[in-house]
Amino acid sequence: MKTIEQYIAEHPFFKGIDPSYLKTIMGCSNEVRFDIGQFILREGEEANNFYVIHFGKVALEIFTPIRGPITIQTIGDGDVLGWSWLVPPFHWHYDARVLEPTCAIAMDGRCLRTKCEQNHDLGYELLKRFTHIITQRLEATRLQLLDVYGVHCESNDDKRL
Amino acid sequence: MIKDSNPMLPAQFCIQWVRKETHDTFTIELKSTNGTHEFPFSAGQFNMLYVFGVGEAPISISGDPSKPEVLKHTTRSVGTVTKAISKLKKGDVLGVRGPFGSYWPLEDSLGKDIVIVTGGIGLAPLRPALYQLISQREKYGRIVLLYGARMPEDLLYKKELEQWRGRFDVEVKVTVDSAKGNWRGNVGVVTTLIPRAQFDPLQTIAMICGPEVMIRFTIKELQNCGIKTENIFISMERNMKCGIGLCGHCQFGFCFVCKDGPVFRLDRIKAIFGKREI
Repeated sequence: MKTIEQYIAEHPFFKGIDPSYLKTIMGCSNEVRFDIGQFILREGEEANNFYVIHFGKVALEIFTPIRGPITIQTIGDGDVLGWSWLVPPFHWHYDARVLEPTCAIAMDGRCLRTKCEQNHDLGYELLKRFTHIITQRLEATRLQLLDVYGVHCESNDDKRL
Repeated sequence: MIKDSNPMLPAQFCIQWVRKETHDTFTIELKSTNGTHEFPFSAGQFNMLYVFGVGEAPISISGDPSKPEVLKHTTRSVGTVTKAISKLKKGDVLGVRGPFGSYWPLEDSLGKDIVIVTGGIGLAPLRPALYQLISQREKYGRIVLLYGARMPEDLLYKKELEQWRGRFDVEVKVTVDSAKGNWRGNVGVVTTLIPRAQFDPLQTIAMICGPEVMIRFTIKELQNCGIKTENIFISMERNMKCGIGLCGHCQFGFCFVCKDGPVFRLDRIKAIFGKREI
């Protein structure tokens, strides 16, 4: 069984990172487990962590008064959950509800923010890695917004597909 | 092609059954009425279906290539012809021309990993490929099917998806663009499934079918994973009329989609794919 150190070191998010940064990051991390139905994050609450999912499945949801919770994305093994810990005012924008038993490495955002302020090289390194994830999510969201499978996206001509 | 027949002359086929797949898609099974017992085709090809008095439309063949005695087509009721087909019943007769076009490179992919990425009704032209791959399972490496739909109720072939997923030798991942709280599957665009799939990018053949914008994003993600352009195959959609490259309706740069496609190797059309002028 892998230790947290091994898992973090091998995770794609931290791939190639300077070992001294890794040591700092590990100092702010601990393993956590969540059961089905449990909320990892709640919209509006303080964002003081982020999570590197080891295994499991989590739904990111927005609650609407009439339609109830709407799932906007699911994330799973190897994904990173949460970047609001990095951006003021440090509040979650969505709910994250566990769909399958989930094991993750929780990173203490407050601890990391302090260390990033003290060491801007570490801060820049983390920011670059989060920007990559944010870009991927933004791209996926744009494609989602296009609603490419909707009839309104096509003409009324007969199609081969 | 129906043996010794004129490609412009429709053969009569009788509807055996019509099955509603989703709120706007349906599958029909057809059998020849004129004594032609078999209709050989390759996975990825299409037919021109003719509703007498209404018109003709190109529709992908979605049945099993190893069962050429019946023809299956899944389509979406969206235009004049497909709406008319959706109203036909068992025993009604349709005109069929075909099969036309290029096909998925299954013979050239022996021993390789296969990654199929499809969205919406794009699963229909890939179902024959899946039938063939699964029937010759030992001849291929990993088989991965990544399928995206708009909502859970828009998923095609649910029973078959469950069967394929139940096998231990096929990786099936399904996602939807949006879902209500009771959906326990993946939510997100189909491209998000690609980095999570298990395959060897240097030994992988990718086959993509779906809306063109989805194909564009999928290509980008597959290339990010290390799949070479010459190992990516896409099925293109254009307004096809004659089916044999004469009328020019489906001209796509230097190709005709009906004759040179609909399945193209990406590197061969790289210069024109995604160009808004074409």
